[in-house]
Amino acid sequence: MTGSGTTGAAAASGSVAPPRPRLAVWKFASCDGCQLTLLNCEDELLTVASEIEIAYFPEATRAVVAGPYDLSLVEGSITTPGDAERIHEVRQASRRLVTIGACATAGGVQALRNFADTYEFRSAVYAHPEYIKTLADSTPIAAHVPVDFELHGCPIDKGQLLAVLNAFLHDRKPPIPGYSVCVECKRRGTVCVMVAHGTPCLGPVTHAGCGALCPSYGRGCYGCFGPQDHPNAASLAGRLTFLGMPGQDVQRVFRTFNAAAPAFRAESERHREAG
Amino acid sequence: MSDGGAPAGGQAGNGGSGGVSRTLHVPMLARVEGEASMHVVIYDGRVSEVELRIFEPPRFFEALLRGRAFTEPPDITARICGICPVAYQMSACQAIEDACGAIVPPPLQDLRRLLYCGEWIESHALHIYLLHAPDFLGYDSAIDLARDHRDLVERGLRLKKAGNAILTVVGGRSIHPVNVRVGGFYRLPTADELRGLRATLADALADALATVALVAGFDFPDLTHDCEYLSLRPAQGYPIDAGQVVTGGGLAFPAAEFDAHVTEEHVKHSHALHARLHGTDPYLTGPLARYALNSAALSPLAAQAARDAGLGSVCRNPFRSIIVRAVEVTYAVEEALRIIDSWEGAAAPSVPVEPRAGTGYGVTEAPRGVLYHRYRLAADGTITDARIVPPTSQNQISIEHDLRAFVQARLGLPPDELTRQCEQAIRNYDPCISCATHFLDLTVEHR
Repeated sequence: MTGSGTTGAAAASGSVAPPRPRLAVWKFASCDGCQLTLLNCEDELLTVASEIEIAYFPEATRAVVAGPYDLSLVEGSITTPGDAERIHEVRQASRRLVTIGACATAGGVQALRNFADTYEFRSAVYAHPEYIKTLADSTPIAAHVPVDFELHGCPIDKGQLLAVLNAFLHDRKPPIPGYSVCVECKRRGTVCVMVAHGTPCLGPVTHAGCGALCPSYGRGCYGCFGPQDHPNAASLAGRLTFLGMPGQDVQRVFRTFNAAAPAFRAESERHREAG
Repeated sequence: MSDGGAPAGGQAGNGGSGGVSRTLHVPMLARVEGEASMHVVIYDGRVSEVELRIFEPPRFFEALLRGRAFTEPPDITARICGICPVAYQMSACQAIEDACGAIVPPPLQDLRRLLYCGEWIESHALHIYLLHAPDFLGYDSAIDLARDHRDLVERGLRLKKAGNAILTVVGGRSIHPVNVRVGGFYRLPTADELRGLRATLADALADALATVALVAGFDFPDLTHDCEYLSLRPAQGYPIDAGQVVTGGGLAFPAAEFDAHVTEEHVKHSHALHARLHGTDPYLTGPLARYALNSAALSPLAAQAARDAGLGSVCRNPFRSIIVRAVEVTYAVEEALRIIDSWEGAAAPSVPVEPRAGTGYGVTEAPRGVLYHRYRLAADGTITDARIVPPTSQNQISIEHDLRAFVQARLGLPPDELTRQCEQAIRNYDPCISCATHFLDLTVEHR
């Protein structure tokens, strides 16, 4: 059984429909999880695709529609000289550029290299490190080009992604609050794991968006959405120390998936080097 | 080539010093997870080179794991792949628990298997419907396919969503689940939460069987490979979360001996690491291998679906791997239902795991094949060494080998059609490039 329609997007849709906004999805150093979030919108995907022309999305389609694009979603961090050039091309081809996820907004877990000797990292994994073209640091997209909006999360939240798409397609400000996970815990009625059980939790300094997932599973937040808009990381670190957490562990909890986000980075540097 | 990162590039070029040479280069492989390109060199009518070039930037996970706490690999290594984070979490937990001498009781193992079934369903449905079926049906994407066959794509999305429902209930969220820890889980799902999945999974079972029937009707190009298969084989059931490593040649060994049998080496003109058995033999891991080595362990319904689809006990046409995936989805849905129906709770969400100095090994079946983890711990649980061997890296030599024969038989095709068919052939292996950056191919071409 063989179908038809292998090419051009316009042919099938007839002549009356107005041009749809064009979306492009780009990937840099990352795990693919944030762009998968778009494909995980199982109930909405086909509707989204009828409202938006998915013009460039290699994870999902072979078709390539040339730019410019009305909206580009960018996943991943900049870690190679080639990518540091490519992001400028992406920016030039995009009317709006939104970064999705911890890699694109803060450098991701691969930014742990920023605290280490990247050449040594290469040697540890590859026998011929001199052939691996990599930059010393993993940096967020905003360190290279202007970014219109940063959507946090490792991974991003599906509902927030749809809200951002909707907002940008209608030239509205995305309805994404910058307060902490604590607000979401209170809203869903979760008992504070740190107050009630002494479980270390990064919720007070972490950007909302996940719906306060970890505390609802009896686990402290591990900060995968990165710093909230006005974090008091020093105060939280004091609390973690009071709860008995050794200095190297305090450093570690700030150095995970958003290790290079300025607020987390600065706090981690105040604590003792691990190992 | 360089590790590039830039998808720009020509469609086909030529060159060569003497002879008639043709270079076929697909600069960006679409519909695979991650970024890769394919490079084929044809010299005097013979395929002289096939390279699957992975230009995904390396992220150095094994290096950055050093100095981390023994409790952290499930969360950290999940970030290697957003498509199969549970596979990373399961192999990591198994390895750390092995190092620490912790035994996870059967109910918690069942719950892990249930979580893993969710990932298999999600990942396979994604691959079958959104990534691979468009090739067989002649479309650029599932979205294009939906214009003519909306019901079919909706079925795929429904099936995928059923997998995600399991991941969300047991894991907290579908990508990078938060509920997995060394020793078990942070919180046990309630019996009501598990029972709540039943209706979704009952529908999913019908969708899975319809999927087997659908893909069995595709046209399959002729291609037979004779490569060695490697998979896990548990004491009972189909391999997902546990088992010995076995091969078609009769090897059988535990995770702790993986390093002794599987070596990674540098090949000439490439700094890609390639996994081989005993330094010589390429092998294939993933659905075809699992099926060939374990088809007798399928549930009666999945086994019947496989027979109805025309699969024998072994399938050696890589294009038919899409049928095996559909059969595995059927099995995973049934298995999830079985675990839910037999769930009697657990004494605690996790068992305590005390760190100790030592080395631990873990190996499980990611949707796309065997995933091996090894950790060395200091007495306080600090990780001093890590090794991770993802499935795509193990498969790379076999993929290139298969492609060589495939292209050789199709040299008369117009370049665009040959390119399209090669892309389809690569997708047979569901390569997960994000996982496989070890195999970064940095060959510099001089043509």
